[in-house]
Amino acid sequence: MKHAAWKCSLLLVFALSPVPLPARQTAPPSATPSSTVSTSSNTAAEISNATNEKLAQLEQRVAAAQSSADNAWMLVSAALVLMMTGPGLALFYGGLVRRKNTLAIMMQSFALMALITVLWAVIGYSLCFGSGMVIGDRFDTGSVIGGFEHAFLRGVGAEPNPDYAGTIPQSTFMIYQLMFAIITPALITGATAERMKFSGTVLFLTLWFLIVYAPLAHMVWGKGGMLNASLGGKFPTLDFAGGTVVHISSGVSALVCALYLGKRTGYPRQPMTPHSLVLSFIGACLLWVGWFGFNAGSALASSPLATSAFVATHFGAAAAALSWSAAEWIRNGRASALGAISGAVAGLVAITPAAGFVGPMSALAIGLFAGALCYWMVIKVKALFGYDDALDAFGVHGAGGTIGALLTGVFAQQAINPIFGSGKAVGGLDGHWGQVGNQLVGVLLAWAIALVGTFVLLKIVDWTTGLRVSEEQEIEGLDITQHGEEAYNLES
Amino acid sequence: MMKLEAIIQPSRFESVKDALHEIGIEGMTVTEVRGHGRQKGHTEVYRGREYTVDLLPKIKLEMVLPDTLVNRVVDTILKSAKTGKIGDGKIFLSRVEEAIRIRNDERGENAL
Repeated sequence: MKHAAWKCSLLLVFALSPVPLPARQTAPPSATPSSTVSTSSNTAAEISNATNEKLAQLEQRVAAAQSSADNAWMLVSAALVLMMTGPGLALFYGGLVRRKNTLAIMMQSFALMALITVLWAVIGYSLCFGSGMVIGDRFDTGSVIGGFEHAFLRGVGAEPNPDYAGTIPQSTFMIYQLMFAIITPALITGATAERMKFSGTVLFLTLWFLIVYAPLAHMVWGKGGMLNASLGGKFPTLDFAGGTVVHISSGVSALVCALYLGKRTGYPRQPMTPHSLVLSFIGACLLWVGWFGFNAGSALASSPLATSAFVATHFGAAAAALSWSAAEWIRNGRASALGAISGAVAGLVAITPAAGFVGPMSALAIGLFAGALCYWMVIKVKALFGYDDALDAFGVHGAGGTIGALLTGVFAQQAINPIFGSGKAVGGLDGHWGQVGNQLVGVLLAWAIALVGTFVLLKIVDWTTGLRVSEEQEIEGLDITQHGEEAYNLES
Repeated sequence: MMKLEAIIQPSRFESVKDALHEIGIEGMTVTEVRGHGRQKGHTEVYRGREYTVDLLPKIKLEMVLPDTLVNRVVDTILKSAKTGKIGDGKIFLSRVEEAIRIRNDERGENAL
């Protein structure tokens, strides 16, 4: 009897695991037996009720077990994504700048870890994932931005929010999404490195988060968002983990910043080589590992889809590292460490929108393409146009995010993720080539918001705190002039 | 008293040091420096741009010697630091006015 019950519960676990279950709050009511029926029927009815109750309890426990697994994975994922900023990105960027600017670039990432967190708690989460506000009784902002219903995290607690993730506390979803909001502005600091004021950075990125990130995040992931593929947006853009929201937005903004701020003093004649590729190497590896939280965690459950995204992420990174290295080897006769790690990052960027929609072989293809494309962007296009995107934020994130988002439309398959409903074609490989068009809409919108928003905000910050340090400060170094510190006091 | 400054290849430093110890010379100051004479540097590539790194690492040895030892030390260094290729370095000699030992105020060649 015990054996059968065990098999029965196992069966239920397998049957119910791929489907996110709403958390059961109450047991279903049990049927009351009629008193006029004969004794044998009473017993049968009692047994039936007892079985029904047992099954209900069993379903509850299975759901609780699933929730518990989902929550554990999501909390780990949130931690992994935070690690991507600190120390992942901090080290990656830190090693690429000259010694005199090491602390400054690290401080910018760290400051965002603190600053964005507070903004998120106060208003950020609400703007991104709230339902939109109705202005003047007619205009519902829901397709573009959320409202204030969750300001100060009101209503965000242990209860799941079934619109987003039905098996985990909304708080888990909130904290997970926060880590994305932190790293996105941090990526932009790569373009303004070695010449932007700390005060200007703080003000600019605060405004950028509110005016560029929040609307875009809402449009792609928020309820009512017009690009939201899973909640019926008008132009469903497939973006599993943030190719548009994170990489295109930050990458394109980075380009605008680099152009507006101008070149570093002495660029490009004076060599400005990385002061420690060891730090960059460590940072890149932390980014790779952390990215599993970024992409696989975007499944919002501990599920086969998370596995699929995990695998795709890893394959994308590996393939891109290879193609960037190959391109370098062909062009320069040698493969460099910096090239290999840059390639891996480019692949991770490109697979980000695709991770939960494409198969492993598609992931390899996306990675191979992205590695080569981003190499070309960074080597040829940057030199051609002459912009000083100091740490290649645009070349890797802007370009990688764009190509990744478009290729998602090509390689997405319903066999991996039936996002539009069971049996409905998703991407090009399913025959639905129109999806590439939808992707293009999302890509163009992200580009437009980033371009316009960033330019306006740069102007505002330029008028207030100012953006660029003086030439003397730039030559002396940001660590001393902005923070009064030196990164290395090896003689002390 | 003569001051001897020798700029040598880092790869020859251990042999030079050993050779000098063998002839009884123990006092020296060693610094890691960068520089070049006629030696060309190497090219590095960073993000598609080629850079010539023409300041090459060298080792600078400094020592102050009694006049009687100078020739012997010069010969020792020449023998142990030479590779025959461009970039081997140079030795400079200059006269020293005075030498003083800090521990016990000894002066002159006794301080060396």
